[in-house]
Amino acid sequence: MPDVNIRHRQGQFTLHAEFSLASRWTAIFGPSGAGKSTILRVLAGLIAPDAGRIDLAGRTLLDTARGVALPPGRRSIGFVTQQAALFPHRTAAQNVAFGIRHLSRDARSQRVSEMLRLFGAESLAERRPAQLSGGERQRVALARALAPNPTLLLLDEPLAALDVASSQDILSRLLALDVRVVYVSHDLAEIWRLPAHVIVLEAGRVTAAGPLQQVLAPQRDRLLQQLSS
Amino acid sequence: MDLQTLWLTLRLAASTTLVLLAMGVPLAFWIVSTRSPLRPFVEAMSTLPILLPPTVLGFYLLILLGPRTGFGRLASHLLGHPLAFSFDGLVVGSVLYSLPFAVQPLTAGFHAVDAALIEQARLLGAGRWRILRDILLPLSVRSVVAAAALCFTHTVGEFGVVLMIGGDIPGATRTLSIAIYDQVQDFSYAQANRTSLLLLGISLAALVLLYARRSGGGARHA
Repeated sequence: MPDVNIRHRQGQFTLHAEFSLASRWTAIFGPSGAGKSTILRVLAGLIAPDAGRIDLAGRTLLDTARGVALPPGRRSIGFVTQQAALFPHRTAAQNVAFGIRHLSRDARSQRVSEMLRLFGAESLAERRPAQLSGGERQRVALARALAPNPTLLLLDEPLAALDVASSQDILSRLLALDVRVVYVSHDLAEIWRLPAHVIVLEAGRVTAAGPLQQVLAPQRDRLLQQLSS
Repeated sequence: MDLQTLWLTLRLAASTTLVLLAMGVPLAFWIVSTRSPLRPFVEAMSTLPILLPPTVLGFYLLILLGPRTGFGRLASHLLGHPLAFSFDGLVVGSVLYSLPFAVQPLTAGFHAVDAALIEQARLLGAGRWRILRDILLPLSVRSVVAAAALCFTHTVGEFGVVLMIGGDIPGATRTLSIAIYDQVQDFSYAQANRTSLLLLGISLAALVLLYARRSGGGARHA
């Protein structure tokens, strides 16, 4: 049985996606408007689909047939998009601490430092989002999403607006982590760098799924063209 | 200058503002976050006092607060005196009359907060109360200040509702705007002028403070 089976209609667009999270990294690749971001929002619980079921690490997050729909905060899912969405009135450290209020003061402080260090952002702890660059904001957003130790991290083109150096540095730090990731991109070159199981999504349907080489090999020429340009 | 009337007016405006903030914040939060089919009705009800003639509102309040209704009798029993023609009754009337001046800026302020921030807060486990306290309110401070300033000045200047449900009892329900009316009736134009200037000053000062604060951190367009 697939881990994810969702059906959702939004105006003229219909999403019907079935897939498994077969490896630690799953990359959803497809053109703009294919429904990639909608899938992530459904997984996160920010959109209630018309019908479907989502199982994650032995837990059922959604089962419309049984009326099960865990709220976002109980799904153990972190979500980072291109827009860091940091709380502007809080410092970087306070942003990272937002989701771990249940920890003791010392444990919380330790976890915040650990998370910021993980993304090379420990020196930013006392700065507010307005004082951070785009890359620094993404580092803090990732630290915040990972602080509660989520089972799954959803990344919706989180590096799209960053320069190559920042993007590569953040990606290498992410790849070193022991967390299951679903990564969305429409950039074939970016997907190619990931050790991921790939799902190709077109017009709301999964048209191919499997190991990266196998799924994307037919598109290799297009990829090389993209890389050389 | 009748200091007793001035003090009563300021006390009424302050009490009304406090009650309206306590009521308006949860009501505005409910309006921006609910999917209930009742939302348009509640929004319309909370905006109605802007369009309704104050005498109409005052008339129905007078009936509601009087001894002919269950609410009026209950309030009278609990307070030990009838709500109509009392200071407490004036607060009730002023709260209803100025409700839109609290709810509208607060709703606009909450709506202006980026939805992505609310989503992140939800993903990080925040419930409705924490979203309101830790995200919406701190990011809507200007709207809260605007709501407070508008409620205060609107209450200071109200006439029709106050006259209908409070009458004109010195020390109990006579406010500055009613005092002006009385002074004009008595042809005491100089006195009416002084009281009017005071009301004008209070309203202008509140608005200047409000606009000074609003433009403090905003972008300049020229």
